[in-house]
Amino acid sequence: MELEQNILHHNQLLAERNRGYFAAKNMLAVNLVSSPGSGKTSVLERTLRDMKERADFYVIEGDQQTFNDADRIDAVGVPVVQVNTGQGCHLESDMVQTALQKLKPRDNSLLFIENVGNLVCPAMFDLGENKRVVIISTTEGDDKPIKYPDMFHSAQLCLINKIDLLPYVNFDVDKAKAYARRVNPDIEFLEVSATVGTGLEAWYDWLLTEQQKLA
Amino acid sequence: MHEMSIALGIVNIANKACEEAQAARIDSITLEIGKLAGVQLESLYFVWPAAVEGTVLAGAERIIEEREGQALCLECDREFALQHHFDACPHCQGYFKKIIAGKELNVKSMAFTLPDNPVPAPSKTR
Repeated sequence: MELEQNILHHNQLLAERNRGYFAAKNMLAVNLVSSPGSGKTSVLERTLRDMKERADFYVIEGDQQTFNDADRIDAVGVPVVQVNTGQGCHLESDMVQTALQKLKPRDNSLLFIENVGNLVCPAMFDLGENKRVVIISTTEGDDKPIKYPDMFHSAQLCLINKIDLLPYVNFDVDKAKAYARRVNPDIEFLEVSATVGTGLEAWYDWLLTEQQKLA
Repeated sequence: MHEMSIALGIVNIANKACEEAQAARIDSITLEIGKLAGVQLESLYFVWPAAVEGTVLAGAERIIEEREGQALCLECDREFALQHHFDACPHCQGYFKKIIAGKELNVKSMAFTLPDNPVPAPSKTR
């Protein structure tokens, strides 16, 4: 019996459903991916704190075990649903669907999906997001993009975080960008620091511009 | 270790196909996996026994057809073999490329054993 069926077909179908949901509600859904410790939650916290008066935000937090990240977001006063993946190393589209049913986001809002800290597995699972943003930080190796090419191949924007630490680390920004462009010539970059605030206005502009593009 | 999700996806597909064909068991399953699909075959082999235990795939032969990576250079319009995502076009050294093969992740086919007295399949066109 010939099948020719994609193994991730089921995830893909539900991802398309999520995408339809976002389109109908004119929502921008951003899938945030990175390795552990790149400052994903810090970027998110800061973004929400600075931007929550300018747009309607919702957050889905993916984490293997704890509620710590959701607590941090909750403290900012933005609606958040925590998804514990247990042993799972990535979010799948059905988890996002379930979380959306709990969140009940309003129209024209902006949804952040913070994926599990992992540059490998989340790359393969479309969640139905409009944009995938990969975060790397200057305390990591600048060759991350070619070590984890799938993730950089599938992202539209790369935030280079902890840019304030550049004088103290061996991270070559140009090299990192060149590596990322090898796997994805279309990828955009923004250099930011979630702690001291460098470059964040450009990131916020990017978000609002993408949001406006939907309408 | 997303290979467990992959393996469970395969089990789901096999279950459904088995039900539709009213097969008693699956003899073999053929998977088509591209070298750029992001699947570590060793990891898949590792999780396979646990994933298929007690399912229609238990005891089925697993045949894997690997697919080489192939890209189309968007600068010079020539095709080339792609070992890694970050390879440049060997003709013009450009990185603008479209991956045209090597991302496959499919259940290609299955071989069934049908029961001795098969119930006639419900008439539906598919």
